[in-house]
Amino acid sequence: MTVAVELINVSKRFGDVIANDDVSLTIEKNEFFSLLGPSGCGKTTTLRCIAGLEEPDSGIIKLSGKVVTNVPTHKRNVGLVFQDLALFSHMNVFDNIAFGLKMKKVSKEEIEKRVKEMLELVGLPGLEKRRIHQLSGGQRQRVALCRSLVPEPDVLLLDEPLGALDLKIRRRMTVELRRIQKEVGKTFIYVTHDQTEAIVMSDRIAIMQKGKIKQIGESREIYSHPKDSFIASFIGEAVNIIEGVYGESGAFVGKKLEEPITVEVREELLNMPVVLSIRPERIRVARKLRDLDNILNAKINSVLFKGMYHEYEVETNNDVMIKVFAPNIGPTTAFQVHDTVQIGWNKEDVVIIPVS
Amino acid sequence: MKIFDKILKSFTILILILMYLPIATMIFFSFNSTKSLVRFTGFSFRWYSALFQNRIVWGALYNSITVAVVVTLVSIVLALLMANAIVRYEYRGESIIDAFIYIPIVIPEITESLAILILYIFLGFPRGFWGVVLGHATFGATFAVVVLRARIAGLKKSVEEAARTLGADEIQTFFRITLPILMPGVIAAALLVFTLSFDDFIKTTFTRGPGFNTLPLIIYDSAKRGGVSPEINALSTFSFGISLLFSAVRLFTLRRGRYE
Repeated sequence: MTVAVELINVSKRFGDVIANDDVSLTIEKNEFFSLLGPSGCGKTTTLRCIAGLEEPDSGIIKLSGKVVTNVPTHKRNVGLVFQDLALFSHMNVFDNIAFGLKMKKVSKEEIEKRVKEMLELVGLPGLEKRRIHQLSGGQRQRVALCRSLVPEPDVLLLDEPLGALDLKIRRRMTVELRRIQKEVGKTFIYVTHDQTEAIVMSDRIAIMQKGKIKQIGESREIYSHPKDSFIASFIGEAVNIIEGVYGESGAFVGKKLEEPITVEVREELLNMPVVLSIRPERIRVARKLRDLDNILNAKINSVLFKGMYHEYEVETNNDVMIKVFAPNIGPTTAFQVHDTVQIGWNKEDVVIIPVS
Repeated sequence: MKIFDKILKSFTILILILMYLPIATMIFFSFNSTKSLVRFTGFSFRWYSALFQNRIVWGALYNSITVAVVVTLVSIVLALLMANAIVRYEYRGESIIDAFIYIPIVIPEITESLAILILYIFLGFPRGFWGVVLGHATFGATFAVVVLRARIAGLKKSVEEAARTLGADEIQTFFRITLPILMPGVIAAALLVFTLSFDDFIKTTFTRGPGFNTLPLIIYDSAKRGGVSPEINALSTFSFGISLLFSAVRLFTLRRGRYE
């Protein structure tokens, strides 16, 4: 695998605000890479540094192995889809998409051919003559994508381009984006605060917080093995976090729990303060459970019917509240408030995170 | 409420009549066949044909138009630079500079004109064409800034950045993206400045050299000399027509610009 983008110790501050704090990243060619984090975490600044729209205070940026830290934007050959799309309102669809090719002095026939192909790729054939204000939100989104893709950039940067769309179209566009990325075979760097989008689309995700990269990995890995409790709660719909201490081998002693919980052996954490994190969908709930590493008695405290699943909040004997998602497999499996139940999980269902 | 509406409507119409009655009278008598300003004796183009055979009028019209064109060009370039500086950059003393830019709009024109005249004398700057142009440009640029800054403030930075990521350098970005998007504002400002310069009397009087005439000046001169004649009516009507045309184009472009 060749490296498409490399950031080495990039830092950028705006006045007193540190937007990027020693960011180092290596993104491979043809990878769909997401920068995920809450708003203000510096992910957009990272993207703008790669595009050359911001100049880092320190650090090195490489594109396809070449140092571009001081190369101006228009000579970097990167595409950028902006959050507000930034379409040229005084031009029609064709002229918007053709702009980058005209700048590259591509011949007229070639431009017409490539714009046409690009519009077909995103499912908008024949829209060349339309004005921008005549397009729907989803169409504008696609036109913006075409415009940045058609000059064949080495890397395409996307800055929350789906933000303005409604949820249904958004979900469809995420799948669509992934398809287009596979089809054109380009490196995509996608900035978002929406973890669902990132999980669905990405080969790898970098989690950012307060200007720092907290964890880089594949979606599945970050989801099931978050490095800290911030990542655990930021990724995924919900997570249960229980504070405690890692006791003798393979036992987690919760602050408020009566009995230790059996977890995987990690000798290096002996007697250290840790948190136990477990996803609500990994917890089983029934009147009576058997053959699990951990089984706790509990009472249903609240029930939220979510269609595909029930969201229970259960209370253990020691007032510890735990969220449980139980798939909706029929009316007989549903519980009511105050029902006495058992919850349980195996030791590989939980993650022990040392408290820093 | 209906009565109130009617009263409001009547008032509006009344005010419009009061505003346009004098102009209508002027236009009406410019087509009179005799010199009378009281009795309309018949329709004729006589005063207009007299006008177009008058070499002084042609010379003044030429001066008026060339001054207005140069003033417009100078004002628009200056205003584009100023409006950009005001809207896009933050610097110390910004609000003070901002306030100073608007002063030419509020101070009496005669004060400003006198000040410019004194400066010209002090510097030994010759009065005449360029004196008039510079004098007009002081207020022209100001009015143009007012029109342009709103347009520039509405211009998204990301649009220019998008052009940069697509391989356009700064100059290409300005001429292919920034300027075309600002164009409705530029046209509106240009027409406003042109009209203001074309109609100006006071500043021209102070800054012109001997023998340099513009349309408003010869209208004033002949009115002063021979009383009000239908020929002046015709001239004023002609001058009014030009201003009206430009205002109409300005309104039209502003309205179109709104949909961009």
